Amino acid sequence: MNLTLRIWRQPDPHDKGRMVTYRVTDVSPDMSFLEMLDMLNERLTLDGEEPVAFDHDCREGICGMCGLMINGVAHGPERATTTCQLHMRQFKDGDTIDVEPWRARAFPVVRDLVVDRSAFDRIIQAGGYVSAPTGSAPDAHAVPVPKADADAAFEAATCIGCGACVAACPNGSAMLFTAAKVTHLGLLPQGQPERRDRVLDMVAAHDEAGFGGCTNAGECTPACPKGIPLEVIGRLNRDHLKATARPTR
Amino acid sequence: MHWTNRRSELSVTDMVLLATRSTVGKKTVMAVTGIILVLFLVAHMLGNLKVFVGAESFDHYAHWLRTIGTPVLPDSWYLWIQRLVLTACVVAHIWAATVLAVRARRARPVRYAHRRPVQGSYAARTMRWGGVIIALFVVYHILDLTTGHLNPVGDRQHPYGNVVADFAPERWYVTLFYVLAVVSLGFHLRHGMFSALRTLGQQTAAGERRARGASLGFAVALCAGYLSVPLAVTLGLVS
Repeated sequence: MNLTLRIWRQPDPHDKGRMVTYRVTDVSPDMSFLEMLDMLNERLTLDGEEPVAFDHDCREGICGMCGLMINGVAHGPERATTTCQLHMRQFKDGDTIDVEPWRARAFPVVRDLVVDRSAFDRIIQAGGYVSAPTGSAPDAHAVPVPKADADAAFEAATCIGCGACVAACPNGSAMLFTAAKVTHLGLLPQGQPERRDRVLDMVAAHDEAGFGGCTNAGECTPACPKGIPLEVIGRLNRDHLKATARPTR
Repeated sequence: MHWTNRRSELSVTDMVLLATRSTVGKKTVMAVTGIILVLFLVAHMLGNLKVFVGAESFDHYAHWLRTIGTPVLPDSWYLWIQRLVLTACVVAHIWAATVLAVRARRARPVRYAHRRPVQGSYAARTMRWGGVIIALFVVYHILDLTTGHLNPVGDRQHPYGNVVADFAPERWYVTLFYVLAVVSLGFHLRHGMFSALRTLGQQTAAGERRARGASLGFAVALCAGYLSVPLAVTLGLVS
C-alpha cells in the first residue's frame, strides 16, 4: 500500500515546528505503525535527510514508551492498542495519515514526535510508593487481599504511563494516570499507611506540573491502551475528599 | 513542593485552602454548589406546575413564598436568605468553572493540527458554553418574571397574569428563548449530575451506569416540567 504521511517536524524544543508531508510506498499491511516509520527513516537516511525522531522501546505494547497522535486519536484507530502494536492493515491504500506528538504543556516536545514525560515521574515520586519493612521477606500469604480488590488493583496497575490519557483529554488532564496509581496502591493493604498523603501529594504534583483539571469528559479511557476504567477517577476523588475532610491521622 | 506534609499545623483557613486549591477541590466546589442549585430547580419547577391548578392557586403560592419562615423571621426574609445562598452558589460555581477552563486552555498551548471531535456526549462537550447561556438566561428571567421589568404586564401582585402575557402566542420568540434555555439546562444537568456524583466519589462501573441513567432521567423530567408551563400558555391550554 502507498500512503501520504503528514508528520510533525520540530528540530528542538525552541523551534516552532510544522507538519511535513512524506510519501511512503510498498507498505506491507502486516507492518506495525513504527515499522512503517522505520522504513520512512531508512529512506530519509539514505537521502541524507534527518530521520523522524519518535519514542519506542519494547514494541510489545508493555513499556509505555511509544505514543503518537494518529489522525487525531492517541495510539491510532484501534482500541486498547499501543502505537507499536497498531498494524498498517488498519489503514487503506492511498490514505493520508497525520502524525503528531502528544500535546500538553506538561509534555514539552523534545524533538519531532518525542515529548518529555518526566512530569509523570514527578507525580509518581510524590506518592507512588509504599512503606516496606526491611529484614527478611514476609511470607507470600501473610497479608490476605480479597480477590475483588486484588483484581481491581491489578487492573489499575496495568497502566504503562504512556500519556495517551493526557493527549486525548480535552483539558490536558493527567487524572486517569494519577487515579490509576492512587487506585492501584489504595486498594491494597500495603498501600494504606500513606493513603491520605498519597492522594493529596499526587494531585498537588499533578496540578503543579501544569496538567488541566478533570471534568469527567471520558475521553481518556477509550484512548488508553490498557483500558484503565474511568471509575478509578471516582476512587481518587473519594480518597481526596476523605483526606481533605480529615487531613490529620 | 509538598506543603501538605505539614499536616499537623493546619488551621481552618489552611483546610479551606487545601479543599479548594487543587483541581479536584475545585471540582468538589462545582459539585456541591451544583447540587444546591439543582435542589432549588426542583422546588421551582414543582412550584411552576401550580399554574395548571388555576390563577388563584398560583398567585397564592407566589405570595406564600414570602411568608416562609414567619413569624420566626420577618416577611420575605427567608426568600432573601435563599437568594443570598443561591447567588453565593452561582458565584462559586462560575468561579471554579472559569479557573478550570483557563487552566485547561493553558494545559495545551499548541493545538493539534488534526483533532477528532470529542467522543464524549454532546452534553459533556457543551458544558462551558451551555453554562454561559444558562447564566444569561437567568439574568433575563429575573428581569422578566421576578422584577417584571421586561414583562409586558409586570404586575408583581398577580404573577399568573405575568406568565400568561409573557408566553402569549404573538410573543413566540420569548417562548422559543425559554425552550432553548431549558434544553441547554437539560444538557448541562445530564453531564453535570453524573460529573458531580463522580466528583463526590462514585467509584464503581455499575454505579456509573446507574448515575448516567439517573442523570439523563432527571434532566428529561426537569426539562419536561419546566417546558410544560410556557408551552401550555403558548398553545392556549392555560389562559
